[in-house]
Amino acid sequence: MSQFIDIGSVKDIPPRGARVLRTPEGEIAVFRTALDQVFAVDEWLPGKAGPLSNGIQHGTSVTDPMYNWVFDLHTGHAQGADEGQIRVWDLHLRGGRILITRDVLGAAKVVA
Amino acid sequence: MKKNLIIIGAGMASGRALEELLEQDGENWNVTLFNAEPRGNYNRLMLSPVLSGEKTYEDIITHSDAWYLEKGVSCRFGEKVFEINRIEQTVTSETGDVLAYDKLLIATGSNPFIIPLPGHDLEGVIAYRDLEDTDRMIGLGEKPGARAVVIGGGLLGLEAAAGLKARGVDVTVVHIMDHLMERQLDGAAGYLLRKALTDRGIMVMCAANSKEILGQDGHVRALLLDDGTELPCDLLVMAVGIRPNTAVAQAAGLAVGKGIHVDDQMQTSDPNILSVGECVEHDGAVFGLVAPLYDQAKVAAKTLIGDQAAFVQKEVSTKLKVTGCDLFSAGDFADGETREDIVFRDPARGVYKRLVIENDKLIGAVFYGDTTDSSWFFGLIKDDEDISAMRDTLIFGPSFQGGTPLDPMAAVAALPDDAEICGCNGVCKQDIITTIQNGARTLDAVKATSKAGSSCGGCSGLVEQLLSVTLGDEFAMPTKETVCRCTDLSHDEVRKLIVAGGMKSMPQAMQDMNWTTPDGCHVCRPALNYYMVCAWPGEYEDDGKSRFINERVHANIQKDGTYSVVPRMLGGITTPDELRAIADVADKFKVPTVKVTGGQRIDLLGIKKQDLPAIWYDLGKAGMISGQAYAKGLRTVKTCVGSEHCRFGTQDSTGLGIKLEDAMWGAWSPHKFKLAVTGCPRNCAEATCKDLGIVCVDSGYQILVGGAAGLDLLETQLLAQVATEEEALEYSCAFYQLYREGAQYLHRPYKWIRKVGLDWVKQQIVEDAKNRKALADRFLHSQQFYQVDPWAERAVKGKDAHEFEPLADLTNLPVAAE
Ligand code: SRM
Ligand SMILES: Cc1cc2nc3c(=O)[nH]c(=O)nc-3n(C[C@H](O)[C@H](O)[C@H](O)COP(=O)(O)OP(=O)(O)OC[C@H]3O[C@@H](n4cnc5c(N)ncnc54)[C@H](O)[C@@H]3O)c2cc1C
Ligand code: SF4
Ligand code: FES
Repeated sequence: MSQFIDIGSVKDIPPRGARVLRTPEGEIAVFRTALDQVFAVDEWLPGKAGPLSNGIQHGTSVTDPMYNWVFDLHTGHAQGADEGQIRVWDLHLRGGRILITRDVLGAAKVVA
Repeated sequence: MKKNLIIIGAGMASGRALEELLEQDGENWNVTLFNAEPRGNYNRLMLSPVLSGEKTYEDIITHSDAWYLEKGVSCRFGEKVFEINRIEQTVTSETGDVLAYDKLLIATGSNPFIIPLPGHDLEGVIAYRDLEDTDRMIGLGEKPGARAVVIGGGLLGLEAAAGLKARGVDVTVVHIMDHLMERQLDGAAGYLLRKALTDRGIMVMCAANSKEILGQDGHVRALLLDDGTELPCDLLVMAVGIRPNTAVAQAAGLAVGKGIHVDDQMQTSDPNILSVGECVEHDGAVFGLVAPLYDQAKVAAKTLIGDQAAFVQKEVSTKLKVTGCDLFSAGDFADGETREDIVFRDPARGVYKRLVIENDKLIGAVFYGDTTDSSWFFGLIKDDEDISAMRDTLIFGPSFQGGTPLDPMAAVAALPDDAEICGCNGVCKQDIITTIQNGARTLDAVKATSKAGSSCGGCSGLVEQLLSVTLGDEFAMPTKETVCRCTDLSHDEVRKLIVAGGMKSMPQAMQDMNWTTPDGCHVCRPALNYYMVCAWPGEYEDDGKSRFINERVHANIQKDGTYSVVPRMLGGITTPDELRAIADVADKFKVPTVKVTGGQRIDLLGIKKQDLPAIWYDLGKAGMISGQAYAKGLRTVKTCVGSEHCRFGTQDSTGLGIKLEDAMWGAWSPHKFKLAVTGCPRNCAEATCKDLGIVCVDSGYQILVGGAAGLDLLETQLLAQVATEEEALEYSCAFYQLYREGAQYLHRPYKWIRKVGLDWVKQQIVEDAKNRKALADRFLHSQQFYQVDPWAERAVKGKDAHEFEPLADLTNLPVAAE
């Protein structure tokens, strides 16, 4: 079984935009940067930040819409004075398709 | 005994392999060279200078007939190899000849990719790969008034477009991505390139989707885009990419993936067959530039001779061969947490340089406008050199240790002499410089002699910069607050420069104003976006990705990630039908909370993001539009019942409130803008704490401005008293426009008035009737473009649909039985 799941085309997300992916592990924000890199992080850091797919993206960071925290999309670390880390999911592009790690399915045993 | 070597394809890679082999071991080989093109090896890269007329075909031939003759190469040009028989060790050509080999070298290059659009097989649809294609384009130039469309804004497409233009053809480039050459360039360099091409008359359309190629009598007539645009053309060039040409190899049963699989020795899965060039796949990579192919060629020659050699993939760099467009890119220039950018911009010369550094090593570089030192930088990347010792001056290149610091004054220095610096008094850059040269040494002296800076003061920063540019060290720049860490400029300076410099896009503004980051941050981008929205109504394309979420999706985000929806109720007036529609959507979408707001209208709270378009659709059917309760823009116009009903009312305050809101809804401003109209001084609509409040009195209307009842509590001040409703409307629009054009982003009117002074506001609006009218006219002009209901655009026309739907839902995948 492949370790990755195809969740759509990179064209489904506009540059500097983001969309939500619903998974058994919760909502995940999938980002596409100005330079066509893709990233996936949890939509929420409970009690602190989110929903991150609604933030303003710059470089490979996103600014949280609730309290203006800035997260690095590579590591999930909050930048500057704020402390916290958002969960980052393994994701990559192949031939214009976005593939995400099967870990997003959590414990659920899933066919296909 | 000589060994028989057969080479399939006389291209750039095999040409080099042949040279290496014959030079080192010529006496041991009988070589037969097949080529599908009816000619021998030539420098394919140089087709672009041939197209543009800077070179001829003869200039770019790399191997002449005499050379092949001297080296004893038997040439079969214009003859395609059809089949390889690996057991017999023979090849069959299209003429039916069968030749035996001891070693075979496959160098078939690649095929241009043709998008299978309807009409792609029409006559006049070509690729850009060989001399035939080039000749077709040159031929088109001989036809007066000829038009061409190039699909693809990468290296090849742009070289084709520039060449066609040089031949007098009217060219349009259609590119699917947001900026040109997105693989090699970042947005800033892409903008400069686009500008250079547009300046020479090439039309460039980015983010454009081709839909169909239209024909007439079997010949191409036009390209049709997704959005219905038709681009008429006599020739259509597709330059959208290449695919390794693996057909012969695949048919012979060699291992083939994206390309023909080769090992480090350029050996295919058959020990007697080697392959080089764009047709191969090495360690997962395929190739599209010539530098690595030359390395492959050398290795292949060594392998044939029996010497040890191994092909190693190296960094590649790109240059565009269009005269006058100097650009260079190499390495990896995406940003990341462990990476740092050094950005240098020289707006006057149109130069942009960006270095990407990771762990004290240079890993990527993008240059536009000045590529003189590019090979030095490329060397640093390739050699993995530690640059920590020269980090501070690195961007200035090899000859510049201890170079000049980045120039914060570059943007004003780059403005043309006739650029207007002081809008209030109509003073241009040259006037101010003359004043300074005539002896004005301070801001006050300039104010006194040229009047620049003597009114609203918004241009003071720029005047100070001009003092500094003109006087050098003699003038000490006062410290100031910059917009954010991406720039040395203040808000006022940015606003003035956007207007004076005619900046109409985010990349242009960042380039021309010397931004120190590649694409800004969440602080400067919304401000820049607003300043351009305000300066260029109808011309600037709003950048939604630079807006805070509420303004991007036209609803207020709540702490749990749901949204609130507030429909507009002009002047606080509603109808039973509207109320029924609100009640119906509240039922239908199970809205948890319905609340009357402090702004005299109704708020539906707790709505899921994906339900927004559907709710808006229902509200729209009942005639309701967005209340923009989320906007840095016009919010509400509160009213009291006024003379229509109230025993104290002096004028129709409700009616005037509705007229005001009707004229003003949809407008964007530096911060929110709230009004109220109240029917008498009892002030039931709370007009005296609004950004603009009108108190009706017997003799007319008192127009009050600069109130606040939020973080600060402030009473309004009287701007003017007027006699008629028409005047009240004109004064109000003029005031709003003066605030919109002058205030810094996120300043409410009271903060701005504190800075410029109420007297100055009165001069502009009350004392100067012509100016008042001009302001009001500019406001109404702008409203033509911004009075569009954003809800209808999304609910009915499907704008930004991606915002409201998840990318995918993995929660309902079938679960396997235990
Ligand atoms: C809905 C409403 C409260 C209500 O239930 O009545 C409201 C709700 C919000 N107000 Fe307000 N304000 C509302 C009337 C007011 C008023 C009263 C008025 O307009 O007459 C004021 C004081 C008057 C004034 O603005 O001077 C007011 C002063 C503020 C401020 C402080 C502004 C300031 O410059 O000091 C903020 C914060 C800001 O804008 O930065 C704010 C911000 C907000 C935000 C947008 C907070 C946010 O950024 O998320 C709230 C959205 C909550 C939500 O859940 O959607 N709200 N807010 C009112 C909507 C009116 C409408 O119909 O559009
Ligand atoms: C206009 C243009 C500009 C370019 N500019 C640059 C540049 O600035 N920098 C850069 O690095 N690269 C550039 N390139 C790319 C570069 O030219 C290629 O990478 C290079 O030519 C590939 O060499 P190759 O030997 O693999 O293939 P090719 O040079 O394409 O040679 C392959 C040959 O094999 C022949 N052939 C194919 N199949 C058969 C068969 N079955 N039998 C017989 N013959 C066959 C073909 O007819 C062709 O002549 C440019 C390309 C073009 C078209
Ligand atoms: S402000 Fe005056 S006119 Fe309006 S409702 Fe109150 S008392 Fe009546
Ligand atoms: S713009 Fe110069 S004083 Fe207003």
